[in-house]
Amino acid sequence: MSKILMKGNEAVGAAAIKAGCKYFFGYPITPSSEIPEYISRKLPEAGGVFLQAESEIAAINMVYGAGGAGARVMTASSSPGISLKQEGITYCAGAEIPCVIVNMMRGGPGLGSIQPSQADYYQSTRGGGNGDYRTLCYAPSSIQELVDYIMLAFDKADYYRNPVLIAADGMIGQIMEAVEFKEPEPIELPPKDWATTGTGGKRKPVIVNSLYLQAEELQEHNKNLEKKYKVMEENEVRYEAFGLEDAEVVCVAYGTTSRIVKTAIKQAQAKGIKVGMIRPITLWPYPYDIYKQIGPNAKGILGVEMSLGQLTDDIKIGIAGRLPVYFNGTQGGMVPTPGSILAEIEKIAGGTK
Amino acid sequence: MEQKVIMAGFGGQGIMAIGRLLAYAGMLEDKNVTWMPSYGPEMRGGTANCAVVVSEEEVGSPLISKDGTAAIVMNLPSMIKFEQELIPDGKLIVNKSLIDIEPTRNDLDVYYIPANELALELGNSKVANMIMLGAYLEVTKAVDIESVLKAFVKVFGENKSDLLPLNKEALIKGAEAAKK
Repeated sequence: MSKILMKGNEAVGAAAIKAGCKYFFGYPITPSSEIPEYISRKLPEAGGVFLQAESEIAAINMVYGAGGAGARVMTASSSPGISLKQEGITYCAGAEIPCVIVNMMRGGPGLGSIQPSQADYYQSTRGGGNGDYRTLCYAPSSIQELVDYIMLAFDKADYYRNPVLIAADGMIGQIMEAVEFKEPEPIELPPKDWATTGTGGKRKPVIVNSLYLQAEELQEHNKNLEKKYKVMEENEVRYEAFGLEDAEVVCVAYGTTSRIVKTAIKQAQAKGIKVGMIRPITLWPYPYDIYKQIGPNAKGILGVEMSLGQLTDDIKIGIAGRLPVYFNGTQGGMVPTPGSILAEIEKIAGGTK
Repeated sequence: MEQKVIMAGFGGQGIMAIGRLLAYAGMLEDKNVTWMPSYGPEMRGGTANCAVVVSEEEVGSPLISKDGTAAIVMNLPSMIKFEQELIPDGKLIVNKSLIDIEPTRNDLDVYYIPANELALELGNSKVANMIMLGAYLEVTKAVDIESVLKAFVKVFGENKSDLLPLNKEALIKGAEAAKK
C-alpha cells in the first residue's frame, strides 16, 4: 500500500478506525484537538459513533460503558485532560475493561502549557489512579509507529482485557510524516463472554465491576490481576537498542526526544565517541533486561527527556547501580537540542563532571 | 544532503501550504520528510511558520534550531526571527516586495525575490508563496518541480486541479527570479 502524508493527530484517528474502533468519546484540548476533529468526521462514515462529552470525566466513563459492553472504544486528550480521566482509568483497570487511551503530552503541572512535554511518565507508568494496577503503555517516536501501535493497542487491550495507553509528546500529534497503513498481523482473541451485551434470556447476567467488598475476594482479584501483569511483563516489552556492547556512553530516550538523541549520537560518532542507545517503546512494561547487554567500556548512562527526570528512575532500576546515571532534560514545553545532548555525551565520555 | 527549511510569513500568505507541498513532493520522491507547524499562543495577524525536513536518511529532530539549511521569509518579522536559525552559507529567500532591508548576518547566501510583484504579473497575488517556493527549489534542488505539481492535487484535492497551470507558472517564474 502506498504512503500518505499525515498529521499525527489525524493518523491516530485513521489508525483507530482501521483497527475497528467503533466508539470515540472525548473532549478537545490542545495539542490533541485534531483527534476528535478528525474522528467526528470519519468515524460515523465507518459506522461508528463519535460523541463529544461534557467533560473528560464523562468521556472516560462512557469509555467504561462501551468497553464493558464489548465494543472497541477509544478516548484521547492531553495532560490535564488525562489527569481528569484517572479515576475512570483505574475503574477500567479494576473491572478489566479493554480500551485505548491516547495522551498527547503537554507541559505541566496543572494547566501548564500547550507545548510538547514528557512529564506524564510517572502518571503513565505508575498509574495516576488509585490501587494496584498496570496499563500497557506505548511511546511512539514517529507517525508510522504511532499508527502501528494504535492498531496493536486495540488487539492488546482485547487480549488482556486491560486499558492500553499511548503516551506521545505533543510534537508527535502536530508533525506530518509519511505513513503507510499496513494490515496488522492477526492475533487470536478470546471471546468477550464477560461483556454486558444482554442475556437474550439464554444465559445468566454478567457483571462488569471493580467493587469487591469482601477483602478475601478483592485479594484474589488482585492476585489474578498480578498474574496478568506478569504475563504482560514477560511478553510485551518492546524497545530499540544499538551499540551497547562497546559503548562508552549509552543514551536512553523515548518519543520525539529519542530522534533528537539519534542526531546527537551521529555527531558524537563523527567525533570518535562510541555511543549506544536504548529506546523504550513500551514505557510499561519497561525493558529493564536490556541494560545487562551494556559492555564494560561504558562510563555512564545519559537519560534525555522533556521532564525533570522521570524515565531516569527506570534507568536506575535497569542499571542497578552498576554505572552512574546522568540526566539531560528540558521542561515546560522546551525541546532538547542535539547540541546540548552532544555536550553531555562528550562530558561523560571524557570522564569529567 | 538533508534539507532543513523554515518557511515563515504572516497568516494567509500560504506558508503552511507550501510547506506541505514540499513535504508531500519529497515523499513522492521516496525521501524521508517531516512537516512541523509552529503551534502556540499566537496573535491574530501574527507570524505563521513551519519547518520542513527532506532527507535521504531517517529524520532526526523535526525541529530546526540553528541548523536550518534554508529559510523562506515572506515578511519582515520572519526575516528578523529566522535568519538566526540558519547555518553559515544557509540560503535565505527574501520576499523583497515586503522586506526592504537586508539581513543582519553577512554569512548567508541571500536571494531577493519580488514575490508579490511577480505574482501580480501572473494576475493573481495569491501565488506569491509559489513564487517563493519556486525560487527555493531553484536554489536548493530539494525536490523536482514536477513532484510539487504532482503533490498539488494530493494536497489540495482534484477540484483544485484547474489552478495547476497558474501555480506551475508561478514556480517557474520564481525559479527564474532566483537565477543569479
